[in-house]
Amino acid sequence: MSFWFIQSLNSLALGGVLFTLAAGFSLIFGLMRIANLSHGAYFMFGAYIGLNVLDRGHGFTLAVLAAGLGVGLLGAIVERVVLRRLAGNSLSQVLATLGVAFVIADSSLWFWGGDPRPVSPPELLSGGVQMFGLTFPLYRLAVLVFSALIAIGLWLLLDKTRLGVMIRASVDDRQMAQGIGVPASRLFTIVFCLGTALAGIGGVIAAPILSVYPGLDADMLPLALVVVILGGLGSLAGAFVGSFVIGFIYSFGQVLFPDLAYIILFLPMVVILAVRPRGLFGRIDA
Amino acid sequence: MKAALYAALLGALLSLPWWCGGVYYINLASQILIAAMFAMSLNLLVGYAGLTSLGHAGYLGLSAYASGWLMVNLGWGHFAAAAAALCGATVMAALFGLIALRATGISFLMITLALGQILWGIAYRWTSVTGGDNGISGLTRPSPFGLDLGNADTFYFFTLTVFLLVWRLVAIWVRSPFGASIRGTKDQPRRMSTLGYNVWLVRWITFVVSGFLGAVAGLMYVYYHQFISPHSLSLANSAEMLLMVIAGGAGTLSGPVVGAALVVLLKNVASVYIDRWVMLLGFVFIFIVMFVPGGIVAGVGRLLRSRSLGRALSGEPAAATGAERAGKAP
Repeated sequence: MSFWFIQSLNSLALGGVLFTLAAGFSLIFGLMRIANLSHGAYFMFGAYIGLNVLDRGHGFTLAVLAAGLGVGLLGAIVERVVLRRLAGNSLSQVLATLGVAFVIADSSLWFWGGDPRPVSPPELLSGGVQMFGLTFPLYRLAVLVFSALIAIGLWLLLDKTRLGVMIRASVDDRQMAQGIGVPASRLFTIVFCLGTALAGIGGVIAAPILSVYPGLDADMLPLALVVVILGGLGSLAGAFVGSFVIGFIYSFGQVLFPDLAYIILFLPMVVILAVRPRGLFGRIDA
Repeated sequence: MKAALYAALLGALLSLPWWCGGVYYINLASQILIAAMFAMSLNLLVGYAGLTSLGHAGYLGLSAYASGWLMVNLGWGHFAAAAAALCGATVMAALFGLIALRATGISFLMITLALGQILWGIAYRWTSVTGGDNGISGLTRPSPFGLDLGNADTFYFFTLTVFLLVWRLVAIWVRSPFGASIRGTKDQPRRMSTLGYNVWLVRWITFVVSGFLGAVAGLMYVYYHQFISPHSLSLANSAEMLLMVIAGGAGTLSGPVVGAALVVLLKNVASVYIDRWVMLLGFVFIFIVMFVPGGIVAGVGRLLRSRSLGRALSGEPAAATGAERAGKAP
């Protein structure tokens, strides 16, 4: 019985991590109509930045902030320098993000070396909580709460602010939005910066669970892709639901069928593509 | 003009072991030819059908792993293992096509990437079958008609034969009426549909043929290296194949071959000076996409401003990029 509870919590925590990753991916896709294939690399880069901050004896909060700022800045630069020049040709933009992914991944390998680096959770959250006679690791609960806060924050941003209104308008009908004076160009940079910053933050909060290693990017990117294919591109609700579905399937799959976890991951994608190619909450035909 | 050019190239390829100067260069030529087969098979999808796939290394992986596993674990002969591997990869391509062709454009790219990564994950994690990170080693080269393919020269000629067969097949295929319908589904899917073509079926058949030819190249790859590991299925490898196609010129016959030669040479030259191939690959990718979007064959053709040479090289008028861009704009 305790196995199922603990594994469920692990699944929820992984789902939370996946949400911080997939939400940015989905936002970027919704607005710019490009699949940001460097998203896994931003995630890993954020984790390494966080690791560096922690190594110098600073706290976890600072690590999260540094990763968010650093990766977001990098994302904004990439958007301005590379993607901007390819505007209107989304296939080229996607391929350019793939090139960026390789550059970031190999630079990280160069700089931080090839050994996996374990990260311990902050002291305040390193213990366990007693509930129903079971001990739950506190950090995973904290990750879950944190990702829920991010989801609420993103929802408030998109639903209640002027910026959010402009983003939603551009997602629904970019030309019309531009026609009535929405500064699409600036929005692209903002959303790309925001999406990559979220990926970087996700990397730090995932580090105590997944540890940091070269190849983390290649592990996370397909998870993000499967999440958004399942949930529907450009939909925050889709990213949310998809993340937790995949979190559960992947966590349980890894424990119950360790050799075949990847095949199990593939099943929900096949089913959803067969039944509803746009994904659960998708409105965009890509 | 065109025939003379091809004849000269063929002569150069056939006499290569006598002028290239050393086993290292002969093996390099074999590598280029194998890479060119990958690029040509991927080009059927990317260039002719307009479906950009990022999972092509999966066919390499499946055919290489299948043939290796059958030979090492079940003691099958080369011929039987190769036939089974090709069948297996083709069936997989048929299934993957059913899934991936639910979408086109960027969704297609994402699905093929996810499928490719899942295959990579299986190769990496399913250690009882694939040997995990260590892969399968101790494989041998076949000896068709009693030829000793362990010899670099003989292997080169074997590879060249297979390459010319694949080239011929691709050339016939894309110039056939069916090839025209493939290009039609790329440029004007709706009109093709109105004209009574089954757009989905045309794409699916192309997908399967591309997978089959990719598996043929995969067999040659495993014969050459006599070793297969998950690294060969990585996203970087799929991207390398795509780079060959795009760098050379997607949708042209010779473009992918030129791209393959460039990428393999660059990889070998660069590895002498630095061991950061993946980073270089990333930069080259960005550079090509930003500054040479139509590929080098078309670019050089434009530069020379000699229409006959440009056409001879690309096999087609070199003005496809403008139309492609217009088609892609939202």
